[in-house]
Amino acid sequence: MTVNDLRTPLSRVKGLGSAKDGTTHFWHQRLTALLLVPLVLWVGFSLAALPVSHGTLVGWIQQPLVTVALVLLIFVTFYHAKLGLQVVIEDYVSSHSARTLGLLTSNFLCLLLGTVGVISVLKISFGA
Amino acid sequence: MAEFFLPANSVVKQGKLFKATEGVKNIRRFIVYRYDPSSGENPSTDTYEVDMDTCGPMVLDALLKIKDEMDATLSLRRSCREGICGSCSMNIDGTNTLACTQAISDIRGEVKVYPLPHQPVVRDLVSDLTHFYAQYASVEPWMKTDSATPPDRERLQSREDREKLDGLYECILCACCSTSCPSYWWNADRYLGPAALLNAYRWIVDSRDEATGDRLDDLEDPFKLYRCHTIMNCTQVCPKGLNPAKAIAETKKLMVQRKI
Repeated sequence: MTVNDLRTPLSRVKGLGSAKDGTTHFWHQRLTALLLVPLVLWVGFSLAALPVSHGTLVGWIQQPLVTVALVLLIFVTFYHAKLGLQVVIEDYVSSHSARTLGLLTSNFLCLLLGTVGVISVLKISFGA
Repeated sequence: MAEFFLPANSVVKQGKLFKATEGVKNIRRFIVYRYDPSSGENPSTDTYEVDMDTCGPMVLDALLKIKDEMDATLSLRRSCREGICGSCSMNIDGTNTLACTQAISDIRGEVKVYPLPHQPVVRDLVSDLTHFYAQYASVEPWMKTDSATPPDRERLQSREDREKLDGLYECILCACCSTSCPSYWWNADRYLGPAALLNAYRWIVDSRDEATGDRLDDLEDPFKLYRCHTIMNCTQVCPKGLNPAKAIAETKKLMVQRKI
């Protein structure tokens, strides 16, 4: 608040009003967290059970259900990361310009890394 | 950015020592935050040696004894001295609570008394709660109806619906919960905080109120409501034993419920 800010306290609290948004973010963050539990357990146990060799891994990834599950895992992971990073940035970065820049960067990075992951799995799966 | 360190002019310095008079045997040391904005000095902590044989059992008793007998310049708010007005909320022994219901005997060692955290300090233990009260006003804490009031009786409510207000209507707006919430410390300009949200929910669940949807609309915001990350400090410190975190979680459930 500046000395020249003569708005009433209530006016400052009301600000620009409600964004009429937030529930989708809240709900999706919980849904993706829930989805990640079986997906991460599955990928962890599966990798632990596989013999460590390039051929075996490629063969495993090429199984249709494994491809689908891996693509799902990567998509959900990066969507969840995008939602989580958004919360951290909104919590701790108060300057509007820095916050916008931070959100744009984190969203872009999640999209980029997620796309790289999905394309990599598909490329292996389709035998490139 | 969020503030992790105090600004240079807010760093708390060592203050004065007020020793007990000769012959006093039962002494407790009270370390009290002092700040006078008109002095231009940094805040400090004064130490008071209080004679417990002539002092009441609560922290407020000791603070008033200090003010009456040792240092009349100490400023604090108090009124009811029985935990119903919420005036003497402050940070005692690291926890926000009411000085009038906090027993001195429940605190080990020196009793450290600070104003509510992360609020502008008017003087000593008196915080400026203007913004906090405006946040309460912003949730429009009164009954809103479109139906006309029945001419011959009050608006009726079933016993079950009335019970839904228990644990909500008892809030005394002491601000212990909101000022204990890290999310409120970082984003109080936009996050309404546990106290205002508990009171918003008090009207959302009131079966007689006809503005439930509008109330939810007003709260549907990434900052106003969704800065709550279930840290639970609010519930832990509430001197009335209320559960603002649960009220906020119930509000979020209603938000989801009306969406899917």
